[in-house]
Amino acid sequence: MNYHWHWSILVEQPYLSWLAHGLAVTLTLSGLAWLIALPLGTLIAVLRTGPWKIGRVIGACYVRVFRNVPLIVQMFLWFFVFPEVVPKTFGFFLKRQLPFPEFTMGLLCLSFYSASRLAETIRSGLETAGSGPKNAALASGLSYVKTYRFVLLPMAFRLVIPPLTSEFLAIFKNSSVALAIGVLEITAESHQIESFTFQGFEAFTAATVLYALISLMCLILAGLFKRYLSNAGGLGAEVAIK
Amino acid sequence: MIMIEAVDKWYGQLQVLSECSASIDQGEVVVVCGPSGSGKSTLIKCINGLEEFQKGQITVDREPIKSASTNIYKLRSKVGMVFQNFELYPHLTSIENITLAPMKVLKRSREECVQRARKLLQQVGLSAHGEKYPSQLSGGQQQRVAIARSLAMDPIVMLFDEPTSALDPEMINEVLDVMVDLAKSGMTMVVVTHEMGFAQRVGSRVIFMDAGKIVEDRKCPDFFSNPNSDRAKAFLSKIVKH
Repeated sequence: MNYHWHWSILVEQPYLSWLAHGLAVTLTLSGLAWLIALPLGTLIAVLRTGPWKIGRVIGACYVRVFRNVPLIVQMFLWFFVFPEVVPKTFGFFLKRQLPFPEFTMGLLCLSFYSASRLAETIRSGLETAGSGPKNAALASGLSYVKTYRFVLLPMAFRLVIPPLTSEFLAIFKNSSVALAIGVLEITAESHQIESFTFQGFEAFTAATVLYALISLMCLILAGLFKRYLSNAGGLGAEVAIK
Repeated sequence: MIMIEAVDKWYGQLQVLSECSASIDQGEVVVVCGPSGSGKSTLIKCINGLEEFQKGQITVDREPIKSASTNIYKLRSKVGMVFQNFELYPHLTSIENITLAPMKVLKRSREECVQRARKLLQQVGLSAHGEKYPSQLSGGQQQRVAIARSLAMDPIVMLFDEPTSALDPEMINEVLDVMVDLAKSGMTMVVVTHEMGFAQRVGSRVIFMDAGKIVEDRKCPDFFSNPNSDRAKAFLSKIVKH
């Protein structure tokens, strides 16, 4: 192999600012997607396990639709198909007037997709929390909303911190799929550096290291959060088993 | 205080309660006993609406359970319930377990609730354990906290669903002592239990169930000295043998 290594390209302009821009986009996209997906996923999980039949049906349909279609297909659907099937004026707004159209549609897509996965994770936590504490809360006169708010969800979140951490990381990694509709995040910027300089090894090494650093930071944060929760009434193993 | 009128309940094809009728007056301690699967727990869960029933009616404090005009949550807040597996909220301390419902349902102030909770913990002999989480308490201690939690709502009647079945023999007595004190203080109680000693000490009546039917409903001493039905005789001879 006759490859000219040229690592310094990563600190040269404009490539350094391209990477910095990519990093900023990845962090913003994933961070915002997380902020939307967590409450949405929680809501869907509550609907799926709740007492109202219509809610259970809505929750199940949501999860089936968004979890069973590949993310990249959903990206294309949101960006190319969705603006065509909504009423004309709204479609026009999406195509012509929406600020940062790729980013916005990518964000919506990633959020809705991640919410379906989070919903399943949180649902497993709600089901592990079990019917016992739920019955106890209802028997004391708490409404379903308050039972979820004060008993079931706090229990469920403590139980699912490890899988929730994986989901958090998955959102970061899945954000790279948004390059398919033209969002210039880390992977796309690295690809661009490769196209301009033919230094693909260096460019994608940079992307790899950035993703790894982000993931590592998330793991440390999750660890701290877990320690904080186990000081404040963490669930012992006996609850997880019961 | 509680009227149970011709209650029928099915799980699909399986009839678990048939033609159950009984009435419980203020200050009575009614012990519900019978073999496993005879419908004891199901019957008392019907009293606060945790289980639905298809036919008949249950009236608590002159309010019918099955009625559109009844606020089931309000009704439940007046009926305390203690479960076989304690069902404390594992992410909350004893004090927080006790104060949750009074604060969120009765909208009492935190200070008032905490003060009351400490008094109740003292009453069940656990003053030193207010700040502990359920996982740090023994089974007997957890069940006593659960009793205090129910009492904090100032219930007009207390339902006990096999409160000592999940406890080892040493702990059974510490829970029964609390229940005996409660009975002597004039609390109306419905107790599903196999503890015939408790029934003989403080029970005013025994309801004996078999296969979803109330087979006997007798004054306490009569039931033990002179059971009417063959089924109750067989049951008693078996449990008194050891």
